[in-house]
Amino acid sequence: MRQALRLLGYGWALHFKILSRSAFDGFLGVLWPLFFATIAFFMFRTGGNSSALLYTSLGASVMGVWSSTSVAASSALQRERWAGMLELLAAAPVHFSLILMPITLAMSTVGIYSMTATLLWGRLLFGIQLHVQHLLLFALAIPVAILSIGMLGFLLSVTVVRYRTAWALGNALEYPVWLVCGFLVPLSLFPGWVRPISWALAPTWGIRAIREAALGGSPLPDLLVCAAIGLGYAAAGMLLVDTVLRSARSRATLSLT
Amino acid sequence: MSYGLRVFFVGGLMSYRALFNWLSPWILIPSFLVAPLFQILLFTYVGRAAGLESDRFYVIGNAIQYAAIPCLFAMGNTIGGERWQQTLPLILGTPAPRIPLFLGRALPVVGNGFVVAAVALVVGSAILGVRVPLGAVAPIALATAVSALSCTGLGLVNAALGLRVREVAVLSNVIFGVLLVFCGVNVAVGDLPGWMQPISNALPLTHGIEAARRLADGVAFGGVTGLLGTELAIGAAYMALGYGLLRFFETMSRRHATLERA
Repeated sequence: MRQALRLLGYGWALHFKILSRSAFDGFLGVLWPLFFATIAFFMFRTGGNSSALLYTSLGASVMGVWSSTSVAASSALQRERWAGMLELLAAAPVHFSLILMPITLAMSTVGIYSMTATLLWGRLLFGIQLHVQHLLLFALAIPVAILSIGMLGFLLSVTVVRYRTAWALGNALEYPVWLVCGFLVPLSLFPGWVRPISWALAPTWGIRAIREAALGGSPLPDLLVCAAIGLGYAAAGMLLVDTVLRSARSRATLSLT
Repeated sequence: MSYGLRVFFVGGLMSYRALFNWLSPWILIPSFLVAPLFQILLFTYVGRAAGLESDRFYVIGNAIQYAAIPCLFAMGNTIGGERWQQTLPLILGTPAPRIPLFLGRALPVVGNGFVVAAVALVVGSAILGVRVPLGAVAPIALATAVSALSCTGLGLVNAALGLRVREVAVLSNVIFGVLLVFCGVNVAVGDLPGWMQPISNALPLTHGIEAARRLADGVAFGGVTGLLGTELAIGAAYMALGYGLLRFFETMSRRHATLERA
C-alpha cells in the first residue's frame, strides 16, 4: 500500500512537471476555458441575471479542469506509445494502473491553473466576488473534484485504448460533460432523461459540492458521492487495464497504433 | 487546363487530401459533426438560463461559427503541415506560381467549412425545433458559404503564421476562441462592450452570422446584401494579408535558411 502511494505520488509529481513544461500549451489550457467563461458572464450580465454570475464563475472554473483532462487523458496511452515508452511501462513490475493513474491525475491537477485564472478573471473583469460560506469544505471540495475528474480521465484513457484517434473523441467529450454536469446551467433545465447521465458523472457532484460550500448549503453529501463515484471509476479502470493489457500481450499489439 | 489552373484545382485538392488527416471518419465524425452540436446545445441552454435570446439565435451563431474549425485547422495543416512532412522546401523550390499554389489549398477548405456549418445548422435546428422560413433556406446557405469563404481568409493568415509558430493547432484554438467571443455568436455585437465592437466588425463571421440571423427573421435577401458584401470584403482582405504573409515568411526563410525550423 505504502509503495503504491509512493509510486502514485512520484508519478503524479513527474507528470505534473512534464505537463507544466510547455508554456504554449499551458497558455492555451488557461485561456481556453476563459473564452467560454467570458461568454457566459456576458450572457448572464446582458440577461440582467447578475445573481447567477458567482454560480457561473464557480462552474466555469471547473470547466478548465475537465478540458485539461478530456483530450489529454483519452490519448494518454497513445502518447506513451508514440514516445516508445509503452512497452517499458507495461513491463514495469507494478500494476499498470499505478503508472497510468498519476498521468491522468496530473492532467486534471494542471486544471488548477485555469480554475484560479477563471475565478480571478471573473473577479477582475466582471467584479464577481467570491464569498465562501464553508471555507474548510470548499478547500476540501476542490481537490476531491479534481481527483474524481482525474479518475474519470483514467477510466476514459483505458476505455478508448483501441481507438487510434482517441484525442478526437476526448475533444468531442469536452462540451457534453460541460453541459450535462451543470457547469454553466442548472440540471433542472434539461429533459428528465439527461439527469441519470449527470448523476453518473463525478464532476456533477464535484461542482455541486463546490457551489454548496461557497454559496451556503450542505456540501458534505455531494462531496461523499463525488469521492465514491471517483473511486468507482478507479476500480472499473483497474479491471479494464488488466483486460486490455492481457489482450495486447496475447496478440502482440502493444506497440501497434 | 492551364498550368496555373491545374496547380489551383488539382494541387489544392491533393494537398488538402494529403495533409488534412482529419478526413478520417474517426476524427471527422466527433470533431465536425458531434462537437458543433454540443456547442450549440451548450450555449442554447446557457441562453435559456440567462433568458437572453431565442434558440434560433444560438443555433445560427454557433453553427456558422463552427465553420472556423475546418477553416483554421485545415488551412494550418495544409500549409504548415508541409514543413512537418519536410516537403516545404520542395514545394517552394518549384516554379509554380504562388497565388494558385497557396490559394488553391483554400478552396477545399471553404467547402469543408460550409458543409460543417450546414450540417450543424440542419441537425441543430432539428434537435431544438428551430424553424426558418422556407424561402430563407437558400439565402442562409449562401450566407453560410460566404462566412466559410471569409473565415478561410483568416485561416490563410493562420497558416502563414504556422511557418513561424511551432504549435499551429494551439494558435488555431486561440483564434477560434477569439471568434467565439467577438463575432456576436452568443452575445449580439451591440451588447458587447464598446471597445470590443470595432474588433468584432473587423473579424470574419460577424457580418455573415448577422446576415443569416436577419434572413431567418424574414428579411429579404436584398436587405442583407450589404452585410454579405462586407463579409466578403473582410474575407478578401484576410486572404490578401495571408498571401502577403506567406510570401514574406517564404522570403525571410530563404534569406535566413530557416524554412524547416519551427
